[in-house]
Amino acid sequence: MAEPLLAVRDLSIQFFTYQGVVQALENVNLTIQSGEIMGLVGETGCGKSVMARSVLRLIPDPPGKITGGEILFKGEDILKAHWRRLREIRGNRISMVFQEPMSSLNPVFTVGNQMEEVIILHQEVNRSRAQEICIQMLQQVKMPDPERVLGKYPHELSGGMRQRVMIAMELSCRPDLLIADEPTTALDVTVQGQVLTILDDLVRRIGVSVLFISHDLGVIAQLCDRVSVMYAGKIVETASVRNLFAAPYHPYTQGLLQAIPSVDKDRDSLMVIPGVVPRLINPPGGCRFHPRCTKRFDPCDHIVPKLFEVAPDHEVACHLYGEARG
Amino acid sequence: MWTEFRKEHAWQIKEFFFTLKLLRRNPSAVAGFVIIVLMVLMALSASFLSPYDPIRISLKDRLSPPALTHLFGTDELGRDILSRIMYGSRISLRIGVLVILIAGGMGSVIGAISGYLGQKIDNLIMRVMDVILSFPPLVLAMALAAALGPSLNNAILAVAFVMIPKFARMVRGEALAVKEKQFITAARASGAKSLWIVLHHILPNCFSSVIILATLILGETILIAASLSFIGLGAQPPTPEWGAMVSVGRKFLMDQWWYATFPGLFILITVIGFNIFGDALRDILDPRIRR
Repeated sequence: MAEPLLAVRDLSIQFFTYQGVVQALENVNLTIQSGEIMGLVGETGCGKSVMARSVLRLIPDPPGKITGGEILFKGEDILKAHWRRLREIRGNRISMVFQEPMSSLNPVFTVGNQMEEVIILHQEVNRSRAQEICIQMLQQVKMPDPERVLGKYPHELSGGMRQRVMIAMELSCRPDLLIADEPTTALDVTVQGQVLTILDDLVRRIGVSVLFISHDLGVIAQLCDRVSVMYAGKIVETASVRNLFAAPYHPYTQGLLQAIPSVDKDRDSLMVIPGVVPRLINPPGGCRFHPRCTKRFDPCDHIVPKLFEVAPDHEVACHLYGEARG
Repeated sequence: MWTEFRKEHAWQIKEFFFTLKLLRRNPSAVAGFVIIVLMVLMALSASFLSPYDPIRISLKDRLSPPALTHLFGTDELGRDILSRIMYGSRISLRIGVLVILIAGGMGSVIGAISGYLGQKIDNLIMRVMDVILSFPPLVLAMALAAALGPSLNNAILAVAFVMIPKFARMVRGEALAVKEKQFITAARASGAKSLWIVLHHILPNCFSSVIILATLILGETILIAASLSFIGLGAQPPTPEWGAMVSVGRKFLMDQWWYATFPGLFILITVIGFNIFGDALRDILDPRIRR
């Protein structure tokens, strides 16, 4: 297999707070191939956004600290990159769309102004050429009347429009990787659908790889090629979308899939996973999911399971499948 | 063209007129605004409205009391006090505006950098600002003006220096709030430099508070500058500066009351004008107590 576009190896991140050390990520592994849309799914507070931000080294330090591992982007370790090199990568090779379109744009400047700045920062073009690129990009995200939108202030646009502006802005430098941190969470369902279709269409056409973060398995199923499931700062299962939805191995993934309400099955109440996501200051030993797991047995509470391949293109970190003791 | 502009910016236009309406309803805002406008008009029209040359000496008219020929009387060299007050308004306004520009500009940048970078740099900058603030502004300005040498420009520099921490502290507080906003992270994620983020994203978002603080401080600035001139560290004779006029006039206060009284009255009115306007502006533009 060719060298992956992005390879996160054994990444650990801790936050040093007054209440104690939060182990936000522990030995996380993730690879993204060129042209692939990779999903990252998990509950609130399990470390998805920390993961996303760490790729661009946007973790505030202090309190956050990357305590181990490496993030290889085309073979180059981002964690060791000089800040000057880092700035070349940010927004140009790797760019990021955030969760809240309401606050992702500076309220005191026009949309056009902000879009042009990013282009001028990374490409050697003048302002009028930058403006042409902006209009092109806005057309590609199906923005009606792009020339007029450029002259508008963020508060004059709706949430969906703003998120499309953000997508256009982040793709304007043709990055290799787009990190989308719950880009549709703040939007209502119909707008969410539109934005996802536009995003899907556009990234496949340009050939950008995407790390798509969401807590919505439906969205992941619609958009992604492969998906990693995260629980309490660890990745518990990675597989192609088809495999994961057809045959989930990890009890947590199984629980998540059962918790999706279904229209065609008659069910009185929703299945839920008992308990809540543990606080990461003192995470449970062994498998972090074991206190909530219905299938736990002897090794779960003291041996940390490792990711291993249970089936082709399907990795899981669970003792149920034998080899995890590593 | 105009109708299109009106349609495109309907919201801003509405807000603007709403603000105007609130201002009109607020009596102290109106009073302050009228005083400021009159001050500016007086400064602009001094050269053709003033009845006499402000520095022409006419010893035969010295110390004449207010009368129709000299409305506010004359000073010990026979110069018309009304004319000198009119020209003096130019100097006071110039001091006010220059000080606000220098102190507001430098203070805002310092505060924004401090708030955005945080940590050690923030601590260092803010402790330096605390040291400046720990002196009474007038005393520190006096010491600086004395060290620089008595002249109007040095007085402006001295007062500006004293005012920097006020802006720096306020902008720092705003910057701390603004830097948590998503668009700052987004800007960093698109590879913007720290300096660019400070100047382009943080400062413009603090601007409305800076304007309000500037109006509030203008009065104080004029007062301190007048005080410096009063003790001889500011404008030098024969410049018709209000503080300097009060200073000389106080020797004659017992017998020629008009000499020190009128310039003093104008300092008072101007300072009050800027202060009440600044107060009202702050209240009206604060979205929490608006409406």
